[in-house]
Amino acid sequence: MQKSLEKFSLTGFVIAVLLILAPQEAFAMHIMEGFLPPMWAIGWWLIFLPFLGAGIVRLRHIVQQDSNQKVLLALCCAFIFVLSALKIPSVTGSCSHPTGVALAVILFGPSVVAVMGAIVLLFQALMLAHGGITTLGANAMSMAVIGPMVGYLIWRISCKAGLRKDVGVFLCAFFADLVTYAVTSVQLGVAFPDPQLGMTAAIVKFMGIFCLTQIPIAIAEGLLTVLIYDQLVKRRLVHAWSFSQ
Amino acid sequence: MKRTYLLITLVIALFVMPFFIDHGGEYGGSDDQAEAQILQIAPHYQPWFESIYEPASGEIESLLFTLQGCLGTAVIFYVLGYYRRGRNENAES
Repeated sequence: MQKSLEKFSLTGFVIAVLLILAPQEAFAMHIMEGFLPPMWAIGWWLIFLPFLGAGIVRLRHIVQQDSNQKVLLALCCAFIFVLSALKIPSVTGSCSHPTGVALAVILFGPSVVAVMGAIVLLFQALMLAHGGITTLGANAMSMAVIGPMVGYLIWRISCKAGLRKDVGVFLCAFFADLVTYAVTSVQLGVAFPDPQLGMTAAIVKFMGIFCLTQIPIAIAEGLLTVLIYDQLVKRRLVHAWSFSQ
Repeated sequence: MKRTYLLITLVIALFVMPFFIDHGGEYGGSDDQAEAQILQIAPHYQPWFESIYEPASGEIESLLFTLQGCLGTAVIFYVLGYYRRGRNENAES
């Protein structure tokens, strides 16, 4: 067991090292305040609101069923808080930060993440001028809705496929992170199509930049999520090898 | 335990690694680069909304980011520590 994990992490590590060979200017963070045209900003907000509502309903349901879960919910939220505060240098020569949503996705499913993500994004938009109120809908869709959903899908698939749980946790975190920024690049590409080459070209351009920067950070996020998941299993806060829902 | 150390080491290695490779990146906030990229595609785009509050300087911004991290870490380790005690009590009973 130990062996296969080591092998697995080392593979990821090697991939990261290989990426060093591909230097590139890059940016990979939330969309800045005012940088989505009003139509798009409002559109993304409207799409996000139902998810936020569903998240709140689900959250209330979880707490009503078992108020002990509050502790774990707080932990998940704190994990998102910490990881989104870490601006990590990437091999491409710029900084970006992980999302940290995977823990909540694995423990409570993707819907509660909409609420947690919105809280963190709001904090960053108001206090840190990072992201923004107008772009919060779009940022929340990528980080707190679509990313977590894909992560959840990956987690379920890896459970069904009988993969080791820690590998599943890693993959869930890795893909939730990558997809978040892939969605961000789609959002930017759609709002700012390339004047000559059109929308798809812009998306591909944003995407090419994004994914390279984000890969090492997504690996780091995966490892960190496995780290905390291990600790929860050790404390029997998560039922060792079964899905806790 | 060994595994925990292995994971931590790998994460630190990932964080530190970029500094040993010099491709002239400045490790700046990527927000500015994003702005430049958008203005390149749409030169006449005007941001239509300003942040309500902007940290007065880079120092204050990093203070707030640190605060965010600290608060989160405090909660995480409070929970982990709390349940560690619980586990020992269970083992005894």
